[in-house]
Amino acid sequence: MRKTCLDSVYELAKKDRRIVFIGSDLGVGTLNQFKQELPDRFFMEGVSEANIVGMAAGLALEGKIVYVNTIATFITRRCFEQVVLDLGLHNANVRLIGNGGGVVYAPLGPTHLAIDDMAIMRVIPNMTIVAPCDANEMARLMPLTVEHRGPLYIRLGKGGDPIVSTDAPFEIGRAIPMAGGSDVLLVSTGITLKLALDAAAGLKAEGISAAVLHLHTVKPLDVETFMVHASRVDAIVAIEEHSILGGLGGALAEIVAEAGFEPAKRFKRIGIPDMFPHGYGSQASMMARCGITAERTIDVVKELLAVRTARTS
Amino acid sequence: MTDPMTIRLDPRSLALRRTIIRALEAGQRGHVGAAFSLVEILRVLYDDVLSYDAANPRWSGRDRFVLSKGHGCLALYAILAEKGFFPEAELSKFCQSDGLLGGHPEHHIPGVEASTGSLGHGMSIGLGFALNARCEDAAYRTFVVIGDGESDEGSIWEAALCAGKHRLGRFIVLTDYNKHQSYGSTAEVQDLEPLADKWRAFGFTVTEVNGHDVAALREVLTKVPLDAARPTAVICHTVKGKGIPFAENNMAWHHQSKVTAQDAERLVAALEIR
Repeated sequence: MRKTCLDSVYELAKKDRRIVFIGSDLGVGTLNQFKQELPDRFFMEGVSEANIVGMAAGLALEGKIVYVNTIATFITRRCFEQVVLDLGLHNANVRLIGNGGGVVYAPLGPTHLAIDDMAIMRVIPNMTIVAPCDANEMARLMPLTVEHRGPLYIRLGKGGDPIVSTDAPFEIGRAIPMAGGSDVLLVSTGITLKLALDAAAGLKAEGISAAVLHLHTVKPLDVETFMVHASRVDAIVAIEEHSILGGLGGALAEIVAEAGFEPAKRFKRIGIPDMFPHGYGSQASMMARCGITAERTIDVVKELLAVRTARTS
Repeated sequence: MTDPMTIRLDPRSLALRRTIIRALEAGQRGHVGAAFSLVEILRVLYDDVLSYDAANPRWSGRDRFVLSKGHGCLALYAILAEKGFFPEAELSKFCQSDGLLGGHPEHHIPGVEASTGSLGHGMSIGLGFALNARCEDAAYRTFVVIGDGESDEGSIWEAALCAGKHRLGRFIVLTDYNKHQSYGSTAEVQDLEPLADKWRAFGFTVTEVNGHDVAALREVLTKVPLDAARPTAVICHTVKGKGIPFAENNMAWHHQSKVTAQDAERLVAALEIR
């Protein structure tokens, strides 16, 4: 996913003189071809995220379309005020590409876990947040980022993630219905689409009809499509590789609470509990420890629907 | 170098300060000391140095100017209004709900390139402007005024490292070095000395000037960039609250709220003494 993303920046830059790339202190050889062929638009500025984001804003205010890349925690938390004021307030055409959204960097410990990136980006006016599910979806996203107005945060997965997206038309801000269903709606973002699809298959085997809606764009959230699918089911489950506070689940909870469904929908967030995840291991093992799995999703759905059954019987 | 404390202000500098006091009175608040230390720096930049077109503030050939110490904005507004970027009547609506001008500069105001106020942002934004000029082979220069208290921010020195590395000749950073921040003197709160050596060490060509000496400022600023292959740092030695004897270097005048008409008269009267 990351390779597709950065390769796309290079391909787009070859065709569009407005495109500029800024990295902090990325791995040796990153975008070498870009550097060699378009040196005046390639910047590697060291471990200085605050300056990089401000500099990106200045370039964008002059008409450039600036792609900035570093690890997700550093591009969101470390320079948060620069992102809010220099990018958000100026509605600057800067694309922040965050490596390792979620717990990709599980072996590296809590300093590198982006458990809150979507939450803190969500509260910034003018900010758009996109978390593609796989490399193919990333390839569909990237050309659209050129003409997108305002700042954009692109959350990268680990890389080599299984391809689960389809050829459905991709539009920033438009949710993609992946499966129809009448009992429960599973909503995913980023790589949790795979979990949602697996859970839906497991539920089907147990006679439960699960719809799957992929919200690659967490902000602006496609409320219209979500409401259409939410209105058809009894329960809604948000699945994300992120804190249960403030991300996809938080955003959907706000919508569901204000929608005033009659009868009320059962609702549950699956994500990282409000804690710094302990231990190391792999992304998958840490997600499992946090309860972000297809199996847990199935259990949660059954619990929610059991309450429904008890209530209506 | 002449002495910033004792140098006398000429009629134009006094008139600009009167304009600032009237805006302060209208808004009943404002950063008095920070604005008054800036007046001559901005006056010389806009009178003698910067290329701009007030009727077409986004003219692509303009020199870029960023007031990174945004709390000094009253001085900038007085100059921009005088130069015709917006009607002078806007000054009398300072900080009011229907006014164009608030307590920190915003980029929708004609003549303001970037919104500033939180310290440590403007230099990096200006760096982006300067790198764009290099990329496009454009002739414009970028000037950024930072504060001394602002120079406590790590982002200032991140930007300085970056500007030095790129050897950005058309990038000029001016420090309004009034040696006072909100709580007290910079020597007491966070000592910046040796300041000129720091800028030199970061790859800048450095000069120092009395920031209230119009002739001296003109002499320096009409010659920048001082080195085509290095960014320029101009350390402007100033006096916080310059021109109002009872406000000079008086931390109580860093920011004033509830400024009454009577207070404004007292300020104007104090100006006339000099």
